[in-house]
Amino acid sequence: MLKSKTFVKKTRSGGVLKIVREHYLRDDIWCGSEVCTECKQESTVLQRDTCIESNLCAYPHYLIPDTNVVLHQIDVLEDPVIRNVIILQTVLQEVRHRSAPVYKRIKDIIHEKEKHFYTFTNEHHRETFIEREPGESANDRNDRAIRVAATWYTQHLKTSESAADGLKVVLLTNDQGNKQKAAESGLLVFKCEEYIKSLIANPELVDRLALTNDEKNEITSSKVLFPEHLPLSRIQAGIKSGSFLQGTFRASRDNYLEATVFVPGEGEDSTEVLLQGLQNLNRAVHQDVVAVQLLPRDHWVAPSSVVLQDEGMAKDENPEEEEEEKALRLSALEAAKKPTGKVVGIIKRNWRPFCGMLNVSQIKESTRHLFTPADRRIPRIRIETRQASTLAGQRIMVAIDGWPKDSRYPNGHFVRSLGGAGEKDTEEEVLLLEHDVPHQAFSQAVLSFLPKMPWAITPEDMKQRQDLRQLTVCSVDPPGCTDIDDALHCRELDNGNLEVGVHIADVSHFIRPGNALDKEAANRGTTVYLCGKRIDMVPELLSSNLCSLRSNVERLAFSCIWEMNHEAEILKTWFTKSIINSKASLTYAEAQMRIDDTTMNDDITKSLRGLNKLAKILKRRRIENGALTLSSLEVRFHIDSETHDPIDLQTKELMETNSMVEEFMLLANISVAQKIYDEFSECALLRKHPAPPPSNYDILIKAAKSKNVAIHTDSAKALADSLDMATVDSFPYFNTLLRILATRCMMQAVYFCSGMDSDFHHYGLASPIYTHFTSPIRRYSDIIVHRLLAVAIGADSTYPDLMDKHKQSALCNNLNYRHKMAQYAQRASVAFHTQLFFKTRGVLNEEGFVLFVRKNAIIVLIPKFGMEGTVFFDSKDKTAPNLVFDEEGPTLTVEQHTFHIFDKVKVTISLDASNIQHQKIRMALIDPVISGVSVPAEDLEPQSKKSKLDR
Amino acid sequence: MAGLELLSDQGYRLDGRKATELRKVQARMGVFAQADGSAYLEQGNTKALAVVYGPHEMRGSRSRTLHDRAVINCQYSMATFSTAERKRRPHGDRKSTEMSLHLKQTFEAAVMTQLYPRSQIDIYVKILQSDGGNYSVCVNAATLAVIDAGIPMRDYVCACTVGFVDETPLADLCYAEESGGVSSLALALLPRGGQIALLQMDARLHQDHLETLIDAAMTACKGVSKVLDEVVRQHLQEVSVLTRE
Repeated sequence: MLKSKTFVKKTRSGGVLKIVREHYLRDDIWCGSEVCTECKQESTVLQRDTCIESNLCAYPHYLIPDTNVVLHQIDVLEDPVIRNVIILQTVLQEVRHRSAPVYKRIKDIIHEKEKHFYTFTNEHHRETFIEREPGESANDRNDRAIRVAATWYTQHLKTSESAADGLKVVLLTNDQGNKQKAAESGLLVFKCEEYIKSLIANPELVDRLALTNDEKNEITSSKVLFPEHLPLSRIQAGIKSGSFLQGTFRASRDNYLEATVFVPGEGEDSTEVLLQGLQNLNRAVHQDVVAVQLLPRDHWVAPSSVVLQDEGMAKDENPEEEEEEKALRLSALEAAKKPTGKVVGIIKRNWRPFCGMLNVSQIKESTRHLFTPADRRIPRIRIETRQASTLAGQRIMVAIDGWPKDSRYPNGHFVRSLGGAGEKDTEEEVLLLEHDVPHQAFSQAVLSFLPKMPWAITPEDMKQRQDLRQLTVCSVDPPGCTDIDDALHCRELDNGNLEVGVHIADVSHFIRPGNALDKEAANRGTTVYLCGKRIDMVPELLSSNLCSLRSNVERLAFSCIWEMNHEAEILKTWFTKSIINSKASLTYAEAQMRIDDTTMNDDITKSLRGLNKLAKILKRRRIENGALTLSSLEVRFHIDSETHDPIDLQTKELMETNSMVEEFMLLANISVAQKIYDEFSECALLRKHPAPPPSNYDILIKAAKSKNVAIHTDSAKALADSLDMATVDSFPYFNTLLRILATRCMMQAVYFCSGMDSDFHHYGLASPIYTHFTSPIRRYSDIIVHRLLAVAIGADSTYPDLMDKHKQSALCNNLNYRHKMAQYAQRASVAFHTQLFFKTRGVLNEEGFVLFVRKNAIIVLIPKFGMEGTVFFDSKDKTAPNLVFDEEGPTLTVEQHTFHIFDKVKVTISLDASNIQHQKIRMALIDPVISGVSVPAEDLEPQSKKSKLDR
Repeated sequence: MAGLELLSDQGYRLDGRKATELRKVQARMGVFAQADGSAYLEQGNTKALAVVYGPHEMRGSRSRTLHDRAVINCQYSMATFSTAERKRRPHGDRKSTEMSLHLKQTFEAAVMTQLYPRSQIDIYVKILQSDGGNYSVCVNAATLAVIDAGIPMRDYVCACTVGFVDETPLADLCYAEESGGVSSLALALLPRGGQIALLQMDARLHQDHLETLIDAAMTACKGVSKVLDEVVRQHLQEVSVLTRE
């Protein structure tokens, strides 16, 4: 098999080393084509009939793109129309070096069977390997390698019998020199644009073409707007010497001329550098890794509190902008100045496709348009499209191609359309994409690992499991829940003690480590609940059927069982895999009814009463230990069953049974956490909730003080106690408001691997150790915990990644990220449904409370809808009323009236649809009446319309 | 910049080999007339010279003499010019001492030492060029040298390093692969009986994977033994032709 060998010599910088590597050339690398009879390949990738119809090539052909085509036109290659492409190893290696995201995408395409992409290992093929000639640059050598491989294919396909079919290979390149040389050696070669434009019946593909260098010049004016970026070598030298700082660029949401760069340091050492003005931002885009240079101290400025949105049209010279920039500087206060800098170079771009809408150009025939991303932190992008009229009013995705220094906006290209703006499906799609929630249908590879239906429990399953089918187990969940992952039981033992069991769906029985199903679930991390929609982590067959602990069917479970006395003291804990048969699936309300109804005395009810009694004791004990009871308002939409539009809105009610279930879940989680930590001190997956830094509580303490209530924040216990004490007689809602505020002071709870951290404490629950065990259907963390516990009790075998703390730590990072994103997506979904609701309801008058006081606005909470909104007191066109802001209170005096936190106000609520991309709820003050600020309560319609115009 | 891709999706390694393929092995026996046995072996770019003296009477400290079998004395060294950076100490450093010890253990398991009580066999191995798998190349070269010296062995001792990448065992690692963060394992085998003379691994590996890795190593060693067998037969043929003349 080894035919010959040559030596490739490479030198590496930093002490020149001569590295000698072997390079084997083979003659068993096949061409991968169906028509070829010479190659002894087992399976082929490239088809006989290649049906891309093109004006330029009327014959069947295979495509060979060069490196730059793959790097820049990956969006085109991803289109289902483009098939039968040969990706050369040379190209793949170059792509791998130059762009990790593109490399991943091209690999995904190669793996997709329908695309018929074939990787040809030309560097190891005897006839296509070439050596670098003296004086030849590496790039030229690679270009030549690509040409040689293309020539080989041309000849190879000619000699095989397929010659009759006229099958040819077409080289795609954007490099003029390369094209010329290829044409000289008799190859069919086209520029990528030429070829794509020649495709019959696929005109929309043209829009996806990324703009390349020579086209950019046409678009932009010759005026240089931005300073040049420094080359990477100088940036690296600068960072080393300390004259530049490296950090992540974070654009401001409210002000397009302002951004911060977060420079990570050791421990507390991280700093933030402020950037202001287009020149200093220098074409950096949100999330890019950039190098910044600090300006001299006398140029430092303070972050402005002004809200500025980029309203300028496609003009490149914009005198107003300069004025805006000036306005920014003037407002800076001497004391609040921060380190300010400018971007000198980009270390790594972090561009992804962005969702947003097209601003159609005013010139009718123009094909160049500006695109406004939904995320305000992303600048507008100039794209070229011929379908502007159809795309107007639609949500579309656009990718950035580049940002030349003489262009006000980055250049990009259209990727795909998501649907009409304002439509529910489209908006949901946008919401999921913007929050990076994986929501595609499960692939065939994933589904192939599902158990075959009809599924039944086999005797083998029985062997390792405890049979608990005779127990009176029942589940209690919110109404309409189909993924039931927990069930409970409680019974009296002969010795007078109580046996309490928490039974959790045994998902890890179905999802085996390392297979496609497991990988997909690990990537998704969590099920995302949107209003009226659920994005499952595992396929529905598992989530709603086999793993769901429905009543009166046999299900596999993982049980955590305690023996307790009547004072809820745990005498014994054990864990076992089991089989259960739930006797009833109840809702919280149904369970509450059974407990309260003294006439009912069946087993289920008795079991519930026992649980309830114990739960109360457990809760009391937990609170005595300093667990916090916090509050946040959650709303439920009543959704019309046919149109799926929200018809009513209601805050979630909490019943005794809610806390009953919660109490036992907490107990199970804590017991399991202890067990897996005892067993695997290095690699247990746990959850912690760090104590917030004292400064977080400032706002809470100030707010309480305004009502003459003292809040102690020294410990969780002190906080919990002082929150309990904090009541004002005339103001029953005060306590809830305080708890809402306290919730805002908290830190995020996170997953972590026990071997990588030493602080395990869960602040909110006042538990020294905690994990998630009870919802494996909707959280991946629980699946890992199940696996750990199964190994700990000898019910399952371990696997390498489970015991690797670094891999686990990486997994935790992903889970934390997914959880955070899922939460944001959930909130965004609620906000969107609230808007839909107000769209149908028109204008409403409601009572609310002031939650925060800002410099130019108050934030009002409407308890009835659990939503909050901002009432602004200044707007661009109107003269602002006399505003006095006092930070100590904090209070805001508008004309004669002073607003304090917790003031009761009355507002009108309406939907502001003036900006279709960012529809929002608009609030205006009715009571207290302040002349020139508040609006009259009656006669709502015209007023709200006027306010829209005012913006 | 990403690290090296050790195994491509098409199943090719950095140098174009497939996962189970060995590097090209070339060897010559009897390269020095002065020694009792000698051999030169190349495995890809790793090149080693092995020389055997003995069995002869004990030299140096006689106290090490064993009354029932021969003492095997191994010395491993690397030429100063064998690596990309010049080596300061060609022998006697910790690594070389450890390697010498491993070689000694390997050959104590293979050579029929009980035939030569109170005597000593010296095996000197020098790496002339290093490109991964130094231990296994030394073992393979020394085997040929011992055979050349006419010292009876239970079987050929063949060694091979294997690594584990993307759930796939890679046979006969080159330097780029060894240094690319692969958990590698070296195994010396007496192929006919399938006995393991030495097994050495100092990387982390989950125990579930160990078996597949050892299996791959054994297959690779058997491959090496075929090549060595051929070299010996070839050598004998040449020698017998010469003596007939």
